[in-house]
Amino acid sequence: MKSLAELEAIREKALKDINLRDNADKIRVVVGMATCGIAAGARPVMNAFVEELNKRNIKNVNVLMTGCVGACRLEPMADVINAKGEKTTYVNLDAEKAKRIVVDHLINGKPVIEYTIGETEK
Amino acid sequence: MRDLSLHLMDIAGNSLSAGANLIRISLEYKKELLSFKISDNGKGMEKELLDKVINPFTTSRTTRKVGMGIPLLKNSAEITGGSFSIKSEPNVGTDVEANFVTDSIDRIPVGDIDETMKALILSNTSVDFELKFINGKKEYELKTLDVKNYLNGVPIQNTEVINWIGENISGGLKEIFGGVLDEISG
Repeated sequence: MKSLAELEAIREKALKDINLRDNADKIRVVVGMATCGIAAGARPVMNAFVEELNKRNIKNVNVLMTGCVGACRLEPMADVINAKGEKTTYVNLDAEKAKRIVVDHLINGKPVIEYTIGETEK
Repeated sequence: MRDLSLHLMDIAGNSLSAGANLIRISLEYKKELLSFKISDNGKGMEKELLDKVINPFTTSRTTRKVGMGIPLLKNSAEITGGSFSIKSEPNVGTDVEANFVTDSIDRIPVGDIDETMKALILSNTSVDFELKFINGKKEYELKTLDVKNYLNGVPIQNTEVINWIGENISGGLKEIFGGVLDEISG
């Protein structure tokens, strides 16, 4: 089994990187993680966001969880909230869609219109 | 819910919305029973609400702790021939216990406890989690507070730290339950 001592190497490396962290323009990705969201597959969606952001070394995005927002039929859902507080709501997500949102929206600043609640609920 | 790890995510969500800053989770193999417990130090519930939470149809939407999560876990345990209990005290916390009959064909698998813990820790960095796996004398324990103390300034949400935690937990699952529970290879 792994021992806590292995954390030492991770810690040293992290301390070197910590100054490079860019906290400006924090973007939040908030994934619905109530019973409805979890049952619909929210955990793989949340993990896909986290993994894709790490893979691309994006530091200015926080991935958070929230409860039920009342539109259970559209779960898994996630809100992307930019530094100005403007919100984009994505619905019926899966891991692949989450990865595309990371690339198109979070990195290139172009929301994926076809996954948004406005487009789905026409 | 397809597996226990998803129930864990769901029930831990109740603890978090009850304002808990310490959540203890344990999974113990007692031969014919697999016992799953979650205890928190959140705001707890009055008896009146406690009686209601096991019934999905008395749900009050203004009270976020009430809903389908608890009845679903109760059902998952009871269809195996197991049992379910919930105890709570206002301002002290809530204990949830679900016992599954290990060999029942209806027992849902344990699932990716590591993925659930990673997600919980990542999005609730100020909350401490204690995770225990027990099989007789064999025990595995992970306390996020120990990890935080060891890291001393490096955030626990650091990617490599989170991945280390995930690997640690899946290693622990294998060591404690490998070859004992059908879904976990030894």
